[in-house]
Amino acid sequence: MTVKLAPAQAKRSGAFAELTRAFTGLRREETLAGYLFLLPNFLGFIVFMLFPICFAFYIMLTEWSLSKPPEFIGLKNFEVMLDDRLFWKSLSNSIYYTVVAVPTGIFIAFWLALALNRKMRGIIFFRTIYFLPQVTLTVAAATIWRWMYQPNVGLINYILGLFGIDGPNWIHHTAWAMPAVIIMSNWQGIGSAMLILLAGLQGIPEEYYEAASIDGANGWQRMRFVTLPMLSPAIFFVVVTSLIGAFQSFDQFLVLTNGGPADATTPLTLYIYNSAFKFLKMGYGAALAAVLFVIILIITIVQWQLARRWVFGFEDN
Amino acid sequence: MSVAQGTEIRRTRFGQKELLRLHDLLVYIVLSLVGIIFLLPFAWMVANSLKTIKEIYRLPPTFIPDSLQFTNYIDAWTATTFDRFFLNSVIVSACIVLGQLFTASLAGYSFARLRYPGRDKIFLLYISLLMVPFTVLMIPLYVQMRHFGWVNSLNAVIVPFLFTPWGTFLMRQFMVTIPRELEDAARIDGCGFFRTYALIILPLTKPALATLALFTFLSSWNSFQWPLIVLGTPAVKTLPLGLYSFQAQSSMRTPWHLIMAAATFVVLPILVAFVVGQKYYVRGIVTSGIKGGG
Repeated sequence: MTVKLAPAQAKRSGAFAELTRAFTGLRREETLAGYLFLLPNFLGFIVFMLFPICFAFYIMLTEWSLSKPPEFIGLKNFEVMLDDRLFWKSLSNSIYYTVVAVPTGIFIAFWLALALNRKMRGIIFFRTIYFLPQVTLTVAAATIWRWMYQPNVGLINYILGLFGIDGPNWIHHTAWAMPAVIIMSNWQGIGSAMLILLAGLQGIPEEYYEAASIDGANGWQRMRFVTLPMLSPAIFFVVVTSLIGAFQSFDQFLVLTNGGPADATTPLTLYIYNSAFKFLKMGYGAALAAVLFVIILIITIVQWQLARRWVFGFEDN
Repeated sequence: MSVAQGTEIRRTRFGQKELLRLHDLLVYIVLSLVGIIFLLPFAWMVANSLKTIKEIYRLPPTFIPDSLQFTNYIDAWTATTFDRFFLNSVIVSACIVLGQLFTASLAGYSFARLRYPGRDKIFLLYISLLMVPFTVLMIPLYVQMRHFGWVNSLNAVIVPFLFTPWGTFLMRQFMVTIPRELEDAARIDGCGFFRTYALIILPLTKPALATLALFTFLSSWNSFQWPLIVLGTPAVKTLPLGLYSFQAQSSMRTPWHLIMAAATFVVLPILVAFVVGQKYYVRGIVTSGIKGGG
């Protein structure tokens, strides 16, 4: 590795003088300790994060199957993408998944958090139960659900049958496979959203509710004018992280449906994985990954912009 | 605020105590129903792991097996090299947890307490890279691993993960809140920076270290996508990969009872770790969530 750390600091002539001063003056021991303590972490950071990120910019401009040296082709990967049916399909799958899974998940998490936010016995017990799926390996969780989704001997269609409903062929049906993944993902992922919202609820001072009650506010009004505004920073955080997380989901798609049937559940992440490691198109995979990154970046920026309108006290932070 | 006992007032003023009790009961019922939905897949996993292959395909499905087939666990364990997968997972998780605790606490201390040029800029760089998705990293990182000759070696799933921007951030945020007086006293007594870190700061950082350890253990134990990319040979596979290839076998009569038994012993350690260390896990989510996000 020939990575130099200097340029960022040496840019300004004053920086170098500052550095010299720091290493020779009264604080030299502290300066030395500061850099030394940072060193192990910083080396790893450069070699396994900063360098790969920069390297990715190069890879996405090449055609590279690993067996031959990379061939520089400029922006051709992105041109190919425009006519790639599978790219558009996987992109729309990712959007479908996100747009359905995130709002429903947060909606359920919100009501669960409200129900848990009271001084009753056994609340921690329930909190633990709701959180268990979250810490379970996605591979194991998806395996269990794959068995539960079996059309004939599966538990889910059996239970539906008890209510007289003829259950679909979940993961083998183009229209039902995506809802199947979404249900499983929400079962698994609701825990952390619920916890963050619960922490937010517990941070709302009791006095606000009392003041509202004395002013004659009913339950709905207390929710509308106290709970929601006070909880909006937590909701904002959950929305942003859930959106980003949904676009990055991979494990459950691979294990539950492996992208099928007929690519109905191939999200962008799985397509990137297949492009790079199944079809050995490193350049194309990296270009697709760049698209995913830009999408995540846009989501984050848009959310921060929107937050000014609806998140209580957002400008103050 | 003047009405400190407001709850009491609200409860008694309209004589609503009974109504509130009824309300509590309703909440309990709803919470329990939801709880059953959340637990059902686990119960189903355990129930099926104890059935015979005949019973598992029988209709209507049974929740309590006719006879408990504990031998399924042995059969599943020996059907493939689960002992190897388990050992690999333990090695990988232990190395990553210890490595991250070390590098993150050292760097956290450096960021939180020591003064030197460029510190805040480096910290900002760390935070800004937190949002880079792993999907962007995985292709260049794979090429790098190939270059190092680490494909199909546990090095590939350990070494790049000994460093953590997130954990460093967590450590720094926690250490900033530790009162300075203790350290100053130690420094005056002639303690060097490393001894101050090891003897004063680390013991006070225990809750944050526990949080980081638990999070790191869970995420490395559960890690799937990256091992799937770099670990192909059975000798180096970790548990999630082992379970994945075990359940992906397709035959007419898939041995779902054995797959469920395997899922059970893969999931169990993680559930125990969570229930034991729950306090620290919850704290991690809440601090990194609210403070990091706002």
